Amino acid sequence: MEPGPSSATERVAVTEAAAQLLRELTGKHGPLMFHQSGGCCDGSSPMCYGRGEFRTGSSDILLGELEIDGLPEPVEFWMSASQFAYWSHTHLTVDVVPGRGSGFSLEAPEGVRFLIRSRLLES
Amino acid sequence: MSRYAAPGTDGALMSYQPRYDHWIGGSYVAPKQGGYFENPTPVTGQPFTEIARGTAEDVERAIDAAHEAAPAWGRTPPAERAQLLNQIAQRMEGHLEELAVAESWENGKPVRETLAADIPLAIDHFRYFAAAIRSQEGSLSQLDEDTVAYHFHEPLGVVAQIIPWNFPILMAAWKLAPALAAGNAVVLKPAEQTPASIHYWMSLVADLLPPGVVNIVNGFGAEAGKPLASSARVAKVAFTGETTTGRLIMQYASENLKPVTLELGGKSPNIFFEDVSADRDDFYDKALEGFTMFALNQGEVCTCPSRALIQRSHYRDFLDAGIERTEAIAQGHPLDTGTMVGAQASNDQLEKILSYLDIGRQEGARVLTGGTRAELGGELEGGYYVRPTILEGSNRMRVFQEEIFGPVVSVTEFEDFDDAVQLANDTLYGLGAGVWTRDGSRAYRAGRAIQAGRVWTNCYHAYPAHAAFGGYKQSGIGRENHQMMLDHYQQTKNLLVSYAPQKMGLF
Repeated sequence: MEPGPSSATERVAVTEAAAQLLRELTGKHGPLMFHQSGGCCDGSSPMCYGRGEFRTGSSDILLGELEIDGLPEPVEFWMSASQFAYWSHTHLTVDVVPGRGSGFSLEAPEGVRFLIRSRLLES
Repeated sequence: MSRYAAPGTDGALMSYQPRYDHWIGGSYVAPKQGGYFENPTPVTGQPFTEIARGTAEDVERAIDAAHEAAPAWGRTPPAERAQLLNQIAQRMEGHLEELAVAESWENGKPVRETLAADIPLAIDHFRYFAAAIRSQEGSLSQLDEDTVAYHFHEPLGVVAQIIPWNFPILMAAWKLAPALAAGNAVVLKPAEQTPASIHYWMSLVADLLPPGVVNIVNGFGAEAGKPLASSARVAKVAFTGETTTGRLIMQYASENLKPVTLELGGKSPNIFFEDVSADRDDFYDKALEGFTMFALNQGEVCTCPSRALIQRSHYRDFLDAGIERTEAIAQGHPLDTGTMVGAQASNDQLEKILSYLDIGRQEGARVLTGGTRAELGGELEGGYYVRPTILEGSNRMRVFQEEIFGPVVSVTEFEDFDDAVQLANDTLYGLGAGVWTRDGSRAYRAGRAIQAGRVWTNCYHAYPAHAAFGGYKQSGIGRENHQMMLDHYQQTKNLLVSYAPQKMGLF
């Protein structure tokens, strides 16, 4: 694991709707994590797993730790370092929309899907 | 133009059942935990059937059924398996229109494409692997006068296949045909966005298949996909999807020391050299069609040519013609035979595409056409439609680097050959690419220099069987659509045989 890109800059945040969903999912599945996916089908979306379910390694970076009201521990947000090279100029906000989802992300059975909204980081 | 009646309505060619359970051991089995989920059509956003919500218990039951069937199935003569694949193809051909309508209604894609591509290609795929297994040979090597090494192909046994939602029947055919040809029993999980059409397919071919040889477990990835992919009782996992799930599947497979094949998408460059515009002839017209191929299947293709790289010297003229061609695309009801672009497959897919149009604008990309949701009104009001979109920008923008999986192409210019190749390879992925030029030597050099598993040369989006398909870089592992796929579904058995009567002399 590499250290986060910069501890001074907030790179990832969460909407209230997504925070509420994270609280519900934590109640069902325990502590959670995100790993941002790339590629086709359900790629370019954040995947939510039980913490430790997805093994991060030296090819990943920890983009941020989401503090969620009501959860004792933050939710880590990971991305592969190669993908971060192309994303580093943008700030990410985890939101949630109605949808069918896919991959092995935990929220899909609830009829919703986590979604990334982005904005440019101030240089 | 005519319109097919929606499934289940007056005059419809086919109907979906109101509910689908799991297909296990040759019959329908209710989910152990009793859950079902609604399956909406992207055409209107309205549910049209409900689907069993599979869990680990259902997956175990399906794997049991597959293990029961696998030994006998694996011993059938290749000619018998080939015959069965040919019969499946024949049955599908006899119901081509019904399958095309079923697929269009479930996925949102235009019936024009399912009639001309998805279903005919799926049919041909079964025929291709019937021929491939019939003609496959083992080998023998004479090592010395009395010693021979024989190499036999043997099936793996029970394999797991996780199917994507962009070509539900065709992608199932790509995986099922080689697995069955090689003598394996299959547990297949369709995507939760498009779980129904494979059941309609099964309704057509169920009587041909020995019970347990093909099992279908429905459900969500987290609840049914994970127990299937992580099972120690499957000999191999095949997956088409995205990178994070691909890594997770490899992680599970590593725990069981099992092989995987993965197809994980791309961000495919489509390169137009200046000589394309040397004449206004058929080739020029074909190249413009090649540019517009980004809208095929609403852009929901792993090889969507979503980066168009146009040489500077003809950039403006060619791009203007590309915009004109794109604006001529007919978007509408997927069951209209004249519709070229239908609905995105799901609401979250629609939302994701819109989020990329947003970040593209923020990064400074210019919207040359499209750029919004398409509000088609009437019964399509609740459906998921996006206008075919051309963005102009630079290759470091996120809309040039991430698979949007919508009818969106990002366009930029290049100076010369080296610049084109550098831009083409400046991506994490390497699945598809397109090269357009009238110069055969340039086409060859470009094709060899691009790091991608498939380089369409003066064509795009053709998927004939017998042309290997798979990825370089982060686009995956393995090759489909070719007889080499049999290797991904077979073990090699070596018999090392001595015909010498004398001992070795060591003991």
